[in-house]
Amino acid sequence: MLDAIDRRLIVATQAGLPLESEPYRVIAHQVGLDEADVIGRLQRLLDSGAIRRIGAIPNHYALGFTANGMSVWDVPDDTVAEIGAKVGALDFVTHCYERPRHLPVWPYNLFAMVHGRTHDEVRDKVREIAGLVGALARAHDVLFSTRILKKTGLRIAA
Amino acid sequence: MSFVDPTGRAIINGLQGGFPLTQRPFHDAGAMLGLSEGELIDGVGDLIEAGQLSRFGPLWNAELLGGGVCLAAMAVPSQRFDEVAEMVNAHPEVAHNYERSHALNMWFVVSAETPERIDEVIAKIEREAGLAVRAMPKTREFFVGFRAEV
Repeated sequence: MLDAIDRRLIVATQAGLPLESEPYRVIAHQVGLDEADVIGRLQRLLDSGAIRRIGAIPNHYALGFTANGMSVWDVPDDTVAEIGAKVGALDFVTHCYERPRHLPVWPYNLFAMVHGRTHDEVRDKVREIAGLVGALARAHDVLFSTRILKKTGLRIAA
Repeated sequence: MSFVDPTGRAIINGLQGGFPLTQRPFHDAGAMLGLSEGELIDGVGDLIEAGQLSRFGPLWNAELLGGGVCLAAMAVPSQRFDEVAEMVNAHPEVAHNYERSHALNMWFVVSAETPERIDEVIAKIEREAGLAVRAMPKTREFFVGFRAEV
């Protein structure tokens, strides 16, 4: 679990690292720690998965990845783990989750988000997933986002 | 698509993770990319200014920050779509909301400090809109190795 100092580190870094030669020293000053403590804590948070990764966070839209397709799959429950691991490993899949079905309106239990430059590129990639999943997929669909209605980033209060 | 120069391309393709936890991380990461410390710092700044990077730093896992996140979907009649979107977006707990091409045509993410609060927000949206909200919390997450290549 995260403690109060971890939360201060989140507040200090959630908008990004200082673009300076010694960014962790700058953060250490802000949160009242030693540079070595900041580095040690960030390493621990990275190891525990609280930080997914550290580096460049691309704006997919600005880079031309404007087509965003949510591919959804109905696969037998006892195969989700195996199929999800394979699908998630594809280099064009940005998120891969198991979620509950809502029958009859929603039969799908595996979600794989695919980003591409065009809808056709996304459809090609979805076909690639279909080839990988094979006959285990009883049904699948791809939902394109037609409008962003709201988008706000993660922000926790100081 | 917007233009990315060779320095920007090296940063985007080479540094979507693994930024060093060292005293001079831009120096150390730059050495791996063939860039000086100053070139890397300036290059990252340029990409942020151009909007091609959202930011540069840790990508925090929202779910581990003590709160919860839940995807939810609704089938909204087209003549009520904008009105319902406004209703849904008015909740500060709704972080993202997308229109998608399906009978379930509105997909939003509710994030809150507790799972109970997520349930409350979803119930409130159902009451306000008079429409069923299908909660689709993730029951398992699979590792993804996605890298945007430019």
